[in-house]
Amino acid sequence: MSQPESAVADAQAGGRSGQEPLAKLAKRYGLRRAIARPRFPVYLRQLWERRHFILTYATSRNVSKYSRSALGQLWQVLTPLLNAAIYYVMFGLILGGKDDIENYPAFLLTGMFVFTFTQRTVSAGARSISGNLSMIRALHFPRASLPLAYTIQELQQLAFSMGVLLVIVMITGETPTWFWLMIPVVLVLQTLFNIGAGLVVARLGAQMRDLNQLLPFITRTWLYASGVFFSIQDKVVGSADLPQWVANAMYLNPAASYIEWMREILISTHNPELGHHPPTMVLVSCVFWAVFALGFGFWYFWRSEERYGRG
Amino acid sequence: MAELTKELSQVKGDKPAVPGKDVKVHPTPEPQGKRPLDVPTGTPTVIVDDLHIVYRVYGAAAESEKGNAVNALTRLLKRQARPQMKEVHAVKGVTFVAYHGDAIGIVGRNGSGKSTLLRAIAGLLPPHKGAVYTDGQPSLLGVNAALMRELTGERNIVLGCYAMGMTPAEVREKYQEIVDFSGIDEFVQLPMSTYSSGMGARLRFAISSAKTHDVLLIDEALATGDREFRKKSEARIRQIRESAGTVFLVAHDLRVIEQTCNRVIWLHKGKIKMDGDPKEVIAAYNKG
Repeated sequence: MSQPESAVADAQAGGRSGQEPLAKLAKRYGLRRAIARPRFPVYLRQLWERRHFILTYATSRNVSKYSRSALGQLWQVLTPLLNAAIYYVMFGLILGGKDDIENYPAFLLTGMFVFTFTQRTVSAGARSISGNLSMIRALHFPRASLPLAYTIQELQQLAFSMGVLLVIVMITGETPTWFWLMIPVVLVLQTLFNIGAGLVVARLGAQMRDLNQLLPFITRTWLYASGVFFSIQDKVVGSADLPQWVANAMYLNPAASYIEWMREILISTHNPELGHHPPTMVLVSCVFWAVFALGFGFWYFWRSEERYGRG
Repeated sequence: MAELTKELSQVKGDKPAVPGKDVKVHPTPEPQGKRPLDVPTGTPTVIVDDLHIVYRVYGAAAESEKGNAVNALTRLLKRQARPQMKEVHAVKGVTFVAYHGDAIGIVGRNGSGKSTLLRAIAGLLPPHKGAVYTDGQPSLLGVNAALMRELTGERNIVLGCYAMGMTPAEVREKYQEIVDFSGIDEFVQLPMSTYSSGMGARLRFAISSAKTHDVLLIDEALATGDREFRKKSEARIRQIRESAGTVFLVAHDLRVIEQTCNRVIWLHKGKIKMDGDPKEVIAAYNKG
């Protein structure tokens, strides 16, 4: 390449940018920025158009997840059962929790299974963006599809564990009542909350890699604060002699609220004076967290939509 | 509109007079004036304007940092970056305009920013500075990342098609075509982990090329498969190029680029070193 040609090119380049910036040229031909965040309603519509992908992706992940283990899909049931067994031995037998609470196995298992649903969704959500960077850098889709798919994957698993839970609860002596029809309502509210929480931690996990290290620590604390294996009222106000508002605040945390409502439905000896109805405070908390987390989660996740590929 | 047409015609008009002028040399970042001779139309489809891409790479964690919740918490609270985190300036000020009907080859050494540039054009990596403007949605040819090795070819075809944004009706319509094109026959019932690397590559190419794209970006897709399949995929690329707008092709096999492309961009360390006629750029690239 000879010098004069390069000089010509330089001159042309200078002249060109002086005449018309490329941004204007793009505008005149109706070209749009390759990476731009759609408006929020448009974004939600795009997400709806991707529902088949979200569902297929969730199902595929569930199928492939257990394809290498001998027991396969059975692990969906075994994992929560094993966990519950450990907690039963630990807190029920050794620490004597079962003496204070009637029908302790049902109490513990309900708490365990409901909490696990939220905990697993949040943990999976935190990895949904940071663990799929190669896909985000290769394909176009609303990024919220990933945390959503992870939530649906956990929901599919929940279907198994709920079946197990109902069987065990009946074995422990509970009889099905009409109130059991409220179970799907609680699960829908909890799922809405989980979707929102998953979206929030997905963005946090994408921007702060250390969140994955921190998360087990957070969920463990959350587990203890949600009264999965003890009654918040008895321990906080009864044994620890703390003021009532501390217990109320703990009941208002979303996981505790969903657990509490589910226990009212399933266990007849749990606050028998309420007769399977949740306390108003718990009911309000369940609805509030579902609506708030869902709305905030989508909005918060969407705000960073175009930046997830950066890693 | 009229202005540009005039401008373009001027550019085109004076080109034949100076042979080899459509090749230019670094550091000029301005390809606008230099068009290859056999370009069908002059409508720009992709405009890359002084593009800079910076992305983060995480090094291996030191022993003292691994999995310690307290350390992580301290760092989060202090808002410190991970000490091992490096920022890589992969694309440093690239500018060019691609037109309808262009097939642009991108060559360069490993790590010269080719794949990063493609991802930025596709709108998958946010620019650090500058901008990419496109007509319609450019798509990267490659659904590899969405596929799962443990699943059967059948499930992967469906998953891949949905990942590219097809509707269920489109998936049903394209399914048989994908199986036929890939030539994997009854293997479609088996998990992809049992496929030979060639079969896997064929299926992936068949899935990704099932969708029509306005602007198509291909990253090393032709390098795999046997000779027969290679011919088939080259024909498919030509077909896509004819029906669609613009094709970008990254490949290390320069012969493929020379046969498929009408323009070649040579990237070197994140900057355009040369941009123009395939023969001349490739000759210069081979020399350098």
